[in-house]
Amino acid sequence: MNLAITLLVAVSIASIIGTVLQQNLPYNDYVIKFGPFWFEVFNALGLYDVYGTPWFLVLLGLLLVSTTVCVFRNTPAIIRDMRHFRLDVQTKSLRSFRHHAEWSVKGAPSELADRLGKQLKRDGYRTRQGDYGGNARIVGAMRGSMGRLGYLLSHSAIVIICIGGLMDGNLPLKFADSTGKIRAETRDLPIANVPAKSVIASDSGSFRGTVNIPEGSSADFVYLGLRDGYLVQKLPFEIALDEFRIEHYPTGQPKSYESDLIIFDEELEEPLRKTIAVNHPLVYKGYAIYQSSFSDGGSRMVLQAHSLDNPDTEALRLEGRIGQRLPVETPRGKRTVELIDFKPFNIFPIEEEDGSEGQKNFGPSVIFRLRDASGEALEYVNYMQPVPRGESLFFLSGVRSTPSEPYQYLHLPLDENDSLKRFLRLRAKAMEMNHLQTEVAAQLASMAGSADAELPQKVANSIVELVQTFVAEGIGAVVARVESSAPEAEQDAALKSFVNVIQNTLGAIYVDLLAEEEGKDLGEGVSAADQRFFEDAMNALSLMGSYGSPFVAQLTDFEQVQASGLQITKSPGKDIVYLGCVMLMAGVFFMFYMHHRRLWVRIEEDGENSRILFAGTGHRNRGDFGKEFQRLQRRLKAVSDA
Amino acid sequence: MSVPHEYMEEPLEQPHFLKRLGLFDGLWAVLLLAGTVYTIANFSVLMDRYEVGILIGTGLALALFGWAWKPIRPLGLAVAALSLFAVWAYGDTLAAAETDFFLKYLFSSQSAIMWMSALFVMATAAYWFALVMGSTFSGKVGTALTWSASTMGLVGLMVRWRESYLISHDVGHIPVANLYEVFILFAVITGLLYLFYEKRYNNRAMGAFVLTVVSAAVAFLLWYSFERGAHEIMPLVPALQSYWMKIHVPTNFVGYGGFAMAAMLGVAYLLVDWRAAKNPQSAFVRRMPSLDQLDDLMHKLIALGFAFFTVATVLGAMWAAEAWGGYWSWDPKETWALIVWLNYAAWLHMRLTKGWRGKPLAWWAIIGLFITLFAFLGVNMFLSGLHSYGEL
Repeated sequence: MNLAITLLVAVSIASIIGTVLQQNLPYNDYVIKFGPFWFEVFNALGLYDVYGTPWFLVLLGLLLVSTTVCVFRNTPAIIRDMRHFRLDVQTKSLRSFRHHAEWSVKGAPSELADRLGKQLKRDGYRTRQGDYGGNARIVGAMRGSMGRLGYLLSHSAIVIICIGGLMDGNLPLKFADSTGKIRAETRDLPIANVPAKSVIASDSGSFRGTVNIPEGSSADFVYLGLRDGYLVQKLPFEIALDEFRIEHYPTGQPKSYESDLIIFDEELEEPLRKTIAVNHPLVYKGYAIYQSSFSDGGSRMVLQAHSLDNPDTEALRLEGRIGQRLPVETPRGKRTVELIDFKPFNIFPIEEEDGSEGQKNFGPSVIFRLRDASGEALEYVNYMQPVPRGESLFFLSGVRSTPSEPYQYLHLPLDENDSLKRFLRLRAKAMEMNHLQTEVAAQLASMAGSADAELPQKVANSIVELVQTFVAEGIGAVVARVESSAPEAEQDAALKSFVNVIQNTLGAIYVDLLAEEEGKDLGEGVSAADQRFFEDAMNALSLMGSYGSPFVAQLTDFEQVQASGLQITKSPGKDIVYLGCVMLMAGVFFMFYMHHRRLWVRIEEDGENSRILFAGTGHRNRGDFGKEFQRLQRRLKAVSDA
Repeated sequence: MSVPHEYMEEPLEQPHFLKRLGLFDGLWAVLLLAGTVYTIANFSVLMDRYEVGILIGTGLALALFGWAWKPIRPLGLAVAALSLFAVWAYGDTLAAAETDFFLKYLFSSQSAIMWMSALFVMATAAYWFALVMGSTFSGKVGTALTWSASTMGLVGLMVRWRESYLISHDVGHIPVANLYEVFILFAVITGLLYLFYEKRYNNRAMGAFVLTVVSAAVAFLLWYSFERGAHEIMPLVPALQSYWMKIHVPTNFVGYGGFAMAAMLGVAYLLVDWRAAKNPQSAFVRRMPSLDQLDDLMHKLIALGFAFFTVATVLGAMWAAEAWGGYWSWDPKETWALIVWLNYAAWLHMRLTKGWRGKPLAWWAIIGLFITLFAFLGVNMFLSGLHSYGEL
């Protein structure tokens, strides 16, 4: 028994480890988290899969053995105890019970025994009568023997649950893995290329695996995770996904996930169609199919890549499916666009005009990675629809260098045609050396009082350089320049004047652009909208230094294909576990709420009278039994006196 | 002042349980039957067969419960009457909560819950006053306040249920879906458990201890509501849209209630033990139940909590099998439920097979509450897993 309690505590403590350290992550995550040394130590201890590790299983096994031994050792005694009334109990031991009473009444033992026995029956006791020596009778009574059964039920339930759980666990797989019969695959391979050693036939035992099926596709296998790799478990049927649906509440929270499945099986006369949802799995041939997750199943994306270096060339059309890699030639060299994910809508909290919190759908977005020849990559999220901010509309694009960072968002202003054209032209003009120089020279010439012919040229050059730094590298580079060149006390003033110069120069270019290229009549000055556009453009340019892409890719068309993540399990031990659970629940309630109690009434002839010895004992819950005994004693006295 | 109920004279003949039922018991059953039939007749289209089963089971359980513990009947009637009044006052628009006097100040779920909170805190104060000053009257006030608080808490939950349907039909759900709602449930269940044993043991001194833990829950509830706006009714995530929630969660909270009350009795035991060693005749020791009684009651509550917690965990496993694809995944919540279960299993073994009594078990019951608290709150706060429905 000591062992049992020690084991209960040991299993609890061991279980804690697995909840503190997230289990079964990719091994790489652990290496990053702990470093190579501790990674190996923890790996050797099996801490990444505590509940499947040998020492934990040994603990569970010991608990199981100890419980089993307990059950076997106690069962015969308990059953005897439940059935036997123990009419042969010794008078001496009756008198030694804590609860006993004696009194004398008129009457014969056999008649009194009948009467008192009947009373005990009325009080809910089972009774049996017998002779007790020559001139005495004895009534044995008991109640609540189910309480003893409770012990058997609850303790054997633990054993049964463990056996069922063991049947559903992946111990055989682990064993086969350790003996080299199977091998977990770690490479990302097409299903047809997975080596036979990593494939498990469909007639094997229990498993729990997952598979992603895109709409319009099918699969007859699932992936099982094992150590740092996977195994392919074949299914005896094929599952096709017709359609996957997500419904949303008005707040944008998901309301339901549903998959329309079609099961193809030679044994079926026609394919079985069935819609599954969370909490509503499909059970087919003992295989339970659950709605578990969802992802993009290869949506088709059409992107227009507007060159940042060469805005007058036609935008490059990029077309591909999520998951594909598209090679792109840019003036800055070869790049690869890796299409990663597509979201048909993006709902974010916003502040409504009245100041309350609201939700807004920002429309579809595409996420892609842009990789250069050296393998360096930046990740972008681009929104399809114009995003309003203040009174203007913007093209919204976010960029980050690793998936763990938040996106840095860039708002590129859109012109009257909701196009990026004007912004891209403005940027290109500012980058174009010749144009910039002419523009700066004109500006300087308009300034009065500079007679020195050399000076304007020098100033012009540095202004050109400044503007180009700003446009190419953003405000950060300008600030850096100020900090490295001007004394600290003068930095603020210097930066202010630099920004002024940049703003004036770009403003002049912008006005030219409006007048010459867009043919606007600026007789009454620049309109408020165009003025706003310029401010927005300045803001965008100042942040564009870290954008890192040779183009701005606009999503112009898409065709969504979703994939449903199914979890498929076969657990032959489930019914056994449930049987154990029912026994456990019944057993626990029997144990706590039915107390086995025994009573004896020994009636001995004593001349005309009879001497009554009433004694009883309660298994557990002694306090309550004492009170019951007193009550019964009063009643029996009353009945025997009658 | 503490004469245990059981030691009082009882009639010699105690007729069978069913023969002891009176007119009010019959009326109680008839009302429950009528309510169940009415609900099935009008709303069964909205329920699946399991939910109809749960409804019938609830009706039966309430009938038996009311027969076995009579005060449940007036409580049930009061909750039903007030909730139906609130439903009627709402009509079919939530906006009524702003204009209707009764809704605004008394029976809209948020008002009712605030009343519950205030009443529980007042009850705690009354019980402490009774214990310290030896005022019988204050103790009676504590009892009345605890009954009122439980009534308002239940009304708050019932009305909240209706409000969720008023927001929108697909948002509607039983209010046991997030931390805010289950804390109300916890306060009410612990309050009722206490009231049951208060009557049984005819001792109000324990109230000071048990209601303290209820007040702590109320304090959290208020912080959670004011600081985090947790009282907003949110729609259910797909994983929670199941009839299992209706049975898994309340069962669990009977368990938690039992464990919490046992822990507070553990505190009481240790204090009485400490005071009694110094001065066995001190007022505190005389007012509190005897050490034996506290020990016995602590055992009863842990047994009760353990039994219900076992059922709740099994129900949870069955639900997990339907929602997550496996009855056991060693998810942090599942694992911590197992740890709590093993802990109390060890407690019970120590008492029943090793004959432990008193102090060590009292300490252990207190530690047990912290383990339970971690399983209930800590897992949601610190560990990530499938069961993250009540995040802070």
